[in-house]
Amino acid sequence: MAASAPSFRPIVARPRSRWTGDYLFLIQNLILKDIRVRYRNMSLGVLWSLLNPLVMMGVLWFVFTKIYDTKIPHFAVFALCGLVPYNVFTLSWLTGTTSLVESATLIKRVPVPREIIPISAVLGNCVHMSCQLVLLLLLVALTFGGVNRYWIFLPVVWFLEILFVVGLALISAGLNVYVRDVRYVVESANLVLFWLVPIFYPLSMIPMQFREIYRFNPVAALVLASQRILVEGVYPQTSLLLQLAASSILVCALGFVVFRKLRTGFYNYL
Amino acid sequence: MMPEAAIEFRGVWKGFHRHTGRLLLRSQVGNWISGRREVEKFYALKDLSFRMEHGESVAVVGANGAGKSTLLSLVAGLAPADAGAVAVNGQVAALLELGSGFHPDLTGAENVRLNAALLGIHRERMKEIYPAIVEFAEMGDFMDEPLRTYSAGMIMRLAFSVAVNVDPDILLIDEVLSVGDHAFQLKCFEKVFQFRQRGKTILCVSHVSSMVQQLCSRALWLDHGELMLDGSIAEVCGAYEGSSSVQG
Repeated sequence: MAASAPSFRPIVARPRSRWTGDYLFLIQNLILKDIRVRYRNMSLGVLWSLLNPLVMMGVLWFVFTKIYDTKIPHFAVFALCGLVPYNVFTLSWLTGTTSLVESATLIKRVPVPREIIPISAVLGNCVHMSCQLVLLLLLVALTFGGVNRYWIFLPVVWFLEILFVVGLALISAGLNVYVRDVRYVVESANLVLFWLVPIFYPLSMIPMQFREIYRFNPVAALVLASQRILVEGVYPQTSLLLQLAASSILVCALGFVVFRKLRTGFYNYL
Repeated sequence: MMPEAAIEFRGVWKGFHRHTGRLLLRSQVGNWISGRREVEKFYALKDLSFRMEHGESVAVVGANGAGKSTLLSLVAGLAPADAGAVAVNGQVAALLELGSGFHPDLTGAENVRLNAALLGIHRERMKEIYPAIVEFAEMGDFMDEPLRTYSAGMIMRLAFSVAVNVDPDILLIDEVLSVGDHAFQLKCFEKVFQFRQRGKTILCVSHVSSMVQQLCSRALWLDHGELMLDGSIAEVCGAYEGSSSVQG
């Protein structure tokens, strides 16, 4: 009985997940694992996560107030306003991208919904980076003597940002399974992004014709919104919020659609 | 009309690409430029059809590379078939997932919770079965120690204990009844046997062993992805052992 390779598909097999578990319980456990593994063997723990943005803030402050004479008031806080969202974004995106390949053994052995892996990698990173956000808020409150009423927009802005990273990470994590170079593309993109996000220059310095593009880049929009809320103490503009919402929701939805297409081949490629 | 099968394969094909350099960008670009679309495929399962009723226990025998593990991963829903239909009715737990997601820096208790969540256990159910897991694994006071302080046998015992306490309708076993020392092996075997007596379905991949012959009533013999024989365990094991002693 010599069987030959099938030249047609008589019945298309639907890849359906037979996993009927508890999504929240699983995501919670994966995030807890991330956090525990990260901090259990560290003697300084959270301090390391705070040191990085503080050092960067110090360096930027030195360069832009001592070498270049910047006109931006409260430059150190202004820079931190950009650095923290930038850090959260880049680290979450990178961790999300490599998460599937790093969990290869898991994916080959448990029929757990594949989306869960990059999503919880991103969320775990956000939880771990939240100490940087606390640091930023504390510094802002100390510098300006308290909070202003526009702070209520911060959760909205951050929620949209997380949606955006989740979408982006789903796409890049899926692609990274097929072509392992994707993680280096992400690393380079993050490096480029540092200069293309208004971290150490204000939006007003950007030539008019480029400004609209900036506002559609969710990372730049998040930084702009944070600067307006925290440093300038003004309303972050409805148009900016709408643009941020539109691009974040779009990217997130696209992420799920693309991931659905990509995941059928994961088993063969991991 | 026939009653719903526990597991049914109809004309199932499952292939893998040969892997040379395919994960690198330059090879992808090279293929794209040269217009080479179809990459050489290797078929692990070729036109496989069989049917298992609820409550049956079936062994899959065959040499290394016969497609046994691929068969289990299709049943477990880990990989889609290339062609043909795979139907599985009931909750599946696979003892090939032993210790999935175990991390050496987490304590035994933390690992159990994560592992169980991965296997699809709900939060409330976890509270109910946790004492049973600890008791079956004979872990006692060690649950709050990090996993890296455990012996290999302890880790396997813990993993097995989580897997059997999931209590599925269909149990997949991949050569794992070799866990821990002899006493624990007997305990595991007993647990699996109880499973069978409660009318659950068991699909078991193994080299021929006396344990499998006791556990299963029927066997499938796979050779290079093709079904050679489907019959009673004695008949299939006899034929398989006969053929391998001739070759080897």
